Amino acid sequence: MSHHSETSNSFTKKLAASTGVEINRCYQCGKCSAGCPMSVEMDMPPSLVIRHLQTNDEKLVQKAVQSHAIWLCLSCETCLCRCPMEIETAKVMDYLREEALRTNQVNPKARKIVAFHKSFLSSVKNNGRLFEIGLVLKYKLASGDLLKDMVLAPSMFLKGKLHLWPERVKTKIKLHKGSNTVH
Amino acid sequence: MSKNMSVAVYPGCSLNGSSREYMESLRAVLNALEIPVNEVDDWNCCGASAAHNIDQDMAVALPSRILAQTAKDGYSNLLVPCAACYNRLKHVQQEIKTSPEIRQKASVLLNQEINTPDTIVNILEYLQSTVMPRLEGKTLKPVSKKVACYYGCLLVRPKGISDEKQIEDPQGMDQIMASLGAEPVSWAFKTECCGAGFSVSNTTTVARLSSEILIDAADRGAEAIIVACPMCHSNLDMRRREIEKYSGRKFDIPVLYITQAIGLALGIPAKKLGLQRHFVPVKI
Repeated sequence: MSHHSETSNSFTKKLAASTGVEINRCYQCGKCSAGCPMSVEMDMPPSLVIRHLQTNDEKLVQKAVQSHAIWLCLSCETCLCRCPMEIETAKVMDYLREEALRTNQVNPKARKIVAFHKSFLSSVKNNGRLFEIGLVLKYKLASGDLLKDMVLAPSMFLKGKLHLWPERVKTKIKLHKGSNTVH
Repeated sequence: MSKNMSVAVYPGCSLNGSSREYMESLRAVLNALEIPVNEVDDWNCCGASAAHNIDQDMAVALPSRILAQTAKDGYSNLLVPCAACYNRLKHVQQEIKTSPEIRQKASVLLNQEINTPDTIVNILEYLQSTVMPRLEGKTLKPVSKKVACYYGCLLVRPKGISDEKQIEDPQGMDQIMASLGAEPVSWAFKTECCGAGFSVSNTTTVARLSSEILIDAADRGAEAIIVACPMCHSNLDMRRREIEKYSGRKFDIPVLYITQAIGLALGIPAKKLGLQRHFVPVKI
């Protein structure tokens, strides 16, 4: 695996500046990958994602950004609990996911997961709180998974678990972007 | 009790909807013990998994507004019963306490001053400090069952921010259940992840992870699983059909919130604790 010496513009520097996580400390013990409940489904386990990033090699970094693995991470933080160097891998995954979205490199297998996150946030942006029926309808349209949970939803409703109408915060939450935000 | 000594509660979206029995049972227990319940005024969603997965601005702004709403009414303590909301709020509270840049970012995004309550407590910390001492001397109806105390992944984390000392083998829920007369089993899945927010977008994964949890609980002889997280509950209860299909096994083990178990011990009627809302019947 190739190594690129670190420059002020290298990936690991940008990652550290944005998240505070220094992955250069990782010595590849593999405890994160051993404990990760999602490793078995991933195209590259967490320690390999970190290894790719450590090289600062553009192609390897891109491979990590384009991986399915970063979207399968559930942020359960088992990796951090067991990491001898206390590296916050879940924060790295957040950074990579946003990078994948920003640069249009989302792994095609992650389509449904991304559709769900987007539908969720859109519901929260509209109402300030989650409106579950609205979320599921948005998700179905975005993912094409139209028949999903057709049996579950009516039972949930009968058990009083679904609101028919959204509950809203009094003043709509509008983010003031474009000013001096950190990033 | 003056306002700044009392605790504010942030229910969050799940406890207001698909997991409303968690909030109902918490309210019922606190009412029975005459502890006032003060909801955070005009609270909003914490952003859950979605915000930190795809939108770092929302991931900071949404929890910051909740903290600011809590602080504006003079509360110095915030109780967050949902383990997922707790984890997000703890992360952001730590960030705005330690990083002036992040506090500034939140303040600009929301166009308001950002303050935070001093402490955020999860349900176990709250039950142990405030609820359990008030049960002393009360006649309890013992919960004479073998139970698997399932903490899930987010309740005792983030590491380094949460006050939990035994992050891989927490004891709080086991101690509470033992004091209610239950027998907590020794098992291996206390803090394993159930699949959390993948319930809709990646149900097969939830079935796989939740199957492993249920199989171990069943094999250790548990008659009930006790939880303190709406995602753990909905994945183990509402997704039982998918779990049984995936694992090829049948499980009749009910899943109860810790607050429902305390409510039963206090003799609160099942309906007030929302037990009728479960998919897997709770036979008492």
